[in-house]
Amino acid sequence: MTTLAVQGLSLTYPGAVRPALAGLTLDVPAGSLTALLGPSGCGKTTALRIIAGLLTPDAGDVRLAGASINALPPEARGVVMVFQNPLLFAHLNVADNIGFGLRMRHLPKAQVAARVAQMLEMVQLPGLGARKPGALSGGQAQRVALARALILQPKVLLLDEPLSSLDAQLRAEMRSLIRGLQRKLRITTVFVTHDQEEAVVLADRIGLLLDGQLCQYDAPQMLYQRPATMAVARFFGGRNFVPGQAAGGVFDSALGPLTLPPGMRQGPGVLTIRPEAVAIGHAAVNGRTAIVTDCAFLGTQTRLMLTVGDIALEALVSPGMAQGITVGQTLPVHLPPDALWVMPG
Amino acid sequence: MPPDRLFVRVLRAGFGAALITALILPLIPLGIWSVAHGWRFPALLPQGWTWAAWEYAMSPTAGVLRSLALTVWIAVCVTVLSVLIGLPAGRALGLGRFRGKGLVQVILLAPLIVPGIAVGLGLQGLFTGLGLTQTVTGVVLVHLIPTLPYVVLVLAGVFANYDTGFEDQARSLGASPWQVLWHVTLPAVRAGLIVAALFGFLVSWGQYLLTLLIGGGRVLTMPLLLFNFAGAGRNDITGAIGVIYILPGVLVLILTARLVTGIGDSGRGAGMVGRL
Repeated sequence: MTTLAVQGLSLTYPGAVRPALAGLTLDVPAGSLTALLGPSGCGKTTALRIIAGLLTPDAGDVRLAGASINALPPEARGVVMVFQNPLLFAHLNVADNIGFGLRMRHLPKAQVAARVAQMLEMVQLPGLGARKPGALSGGQAQRVALARALILQPKVLLLDEPLSSLDAQLRAEMRSLIRGLQRKLRITTVFVTHDQEEAVVLADRIGLLLDGQLCQYDAPQMLYQRPATMAVARFFGGRNFVPGQAAGGVFDSALGPLTLPPGMRQGPGVLTIRPEAVAIGHAAVNGRTAIVTDCAFLGTQTRLMLTVGDIALEALVSPGMAQGITVGQTLPVHLPPDALWVMPG
Repeated sequence: MPPDRLFVRVLRAGFGAALITALILPLIPLGIWSVAHGWRFPALLPQGWTWAAWEYAMSPTAGVLRSLALTVWIAVCVTVLSVLIGLPAGRALGLGRFRGKGLVQVILLAPLIVPGIAVGLGLQGLFTGLGLTQTVTGVVLVHLIPTLPYVVLVLAGVFANYDTGFEDQARSLGASPWQVLWHVTLPAVRAGLIVAALFGFLVSWGQYLLTLLIGGGRVLTMPLLLFNFAGAGRNDITGAIGVIYILPGVLVLILTARLVTGIGDSGRGAGMVGRL
C-alpha cells in the first residue's frame, strides 16, 4: 500500500489560453479509492496522464510514499493506467494481453501463465484466455484491460472512465467488480469520471475538479451536505441558496432568523439546504409558511417549487407526502437546523 | 437470380477476363520465345523447340544469375532503407499536425511527377563528385528516390488510422520505448508495412533509367541486362531472361498476398506485376 501525493500540478497545453490544470494538490491515502469528478474538459484526465507519466506538467510534483516520481518514465513508476477504451492489443489473445506487462519484465513463461490464469479467475473470465480481443464483448474487453493492469500489482492504479463505454447494467456490474477487487487488493486507486453517481458509489473520497481546480476533496456525503462553495453545491444538485449573515448560531436573511447547527462559520455567507432535506409540516424551530408555485411528479419523488416571502425554495418529497398538494395553496414547511449549511458568499 | 444481379456478375467477369488478358497475355510470347527454334511472322507457333536459350542464360558467361543476385541484393537494401526512413516519416505525416505538412507531402510526391531522367542527370553530377557513380551504393541511394514516395505514402495512410493510445497503454504497463516499438507498434502496422515493403522492392526491381545513369553500365541489374539482349535482337535469350526477371516479383507477391488481406485478389496482384 502506497500513498500518492500530488503537489501543485499545473499544465497549460500549447496554444491554449486557460490552463488545463492550475495547481492541483491531492493526497490519496494508501489503499483508498479516490474519484476525480468533473465535467469533460475539467482537467481530470490530464491529471491522470501526468500521474501516469504520459504527460509532463509545467510545474508540480507527484510523490509515491513520499518519494518524487516526476523524473521517472511511465514504465518505471509502478503506476498503471486503464483507459476509457480497453486498448487490447489486437495481435495478442486474451491471455497474452493480460500477461503483457509481466513479459515486458522478462518473467519466465510458466510463471506468467499461472498468474494470467489467476487473473482470469479474478475478473470472472475463466477459460477465455485463447480468445482474440475482437471476439469479446465490451464488458469482457474492459475486464481483460483491468486484469492486464492488476496482474502487475501496481502501487497506484489509475482508471480513466473505464465504464463510460458500457451500457447501464454492465456498468453497475463492473462497478461492484472494481470496488470488490480494490477492497480486496488494497491498491491505491484514482478513478476519473464525469458521472456523479459512479463517484459516490465507488469512492472513499471524491475530488471535484472544475476548470482545472480542485474545489473540494472529501468523503462523498460531505460534498452533498457540507459543500465548500456554491459551485460544489450546484454540481451536486444544490438548488436553494439564500444570502445572509451568520452570527451566534443564527442566520439572518430574507427568510428571517434561522437557527443553525453548532460550529457553523460566522459572518456573511450563503445558506443552503438540500431539496430533499426541506420537510413539510409544522415545527417549533425553523418553521415557515410557504406558497406552492409548482408541483411536478418525477417518478420516485415529487418536486415542489415554493416561495417563502421573496425567496424561492425547491423541495423534493416522497410522492405520498405530496398527495393532495395543489399549486397556489399555502404549506407549512420545516428547515431542520441539522440540514442547514453556510458557505462563503 | 434477379436480372440486374446477373448483369453485374457478367460485367464483373468480363472486366476480370479483359484485365487478365491484357496483363498476362503479353507475357506468354516471352515464354514461348525462350524455347523457340525459329519463329517467323505468319506462323502461330515456332517451327521447332530448343532449350539453347535457357542453357545460355544459366551459363556463367551470360552473367544472368550474377545479375539476378545483384538485383535482389539492391532491391532488398533499398526496401530496408525505404522502410527505415518511411516508418518515422509516415508516422509523422499520418499522425502529426504541423506547419508545412502540405509542403512536405508535395516534396515527397515530387519524384513521382518529375521525370526520372531529369533527376538522374542532376544526381549524376553530384554522385560523380562523391565517388558514388558506378557503385552499388550509389544505385541503392538513387533507387530511394522513386521508392520513398510509395513507402512513405502507404505508411502515412496506415498511421492515419492508428491509435497512439496503444503505445501509452503499453508504456504504462511497463514497456520501454523499444519494447513498445517491437511488441505494439510494429505488429499493429504489420500489414501496411508489408505492402510498403512490397512497393519498395518492386519499384526498385523495375528501375532501369536511374540504374543506367548512376551505375554507368557497371552495375548490371536485370533490367539493364534484359535491355542489352533485347537491343541485340536475341529474342530467345531475352525471352528466357524476361521469364527469370518476372519470377521474383511474382514470388514476392504470392508470398505477401497471403499475409496481406485485400491484396490477395488476383486482379490487384496481376496489376502490380503488369507495372514492371
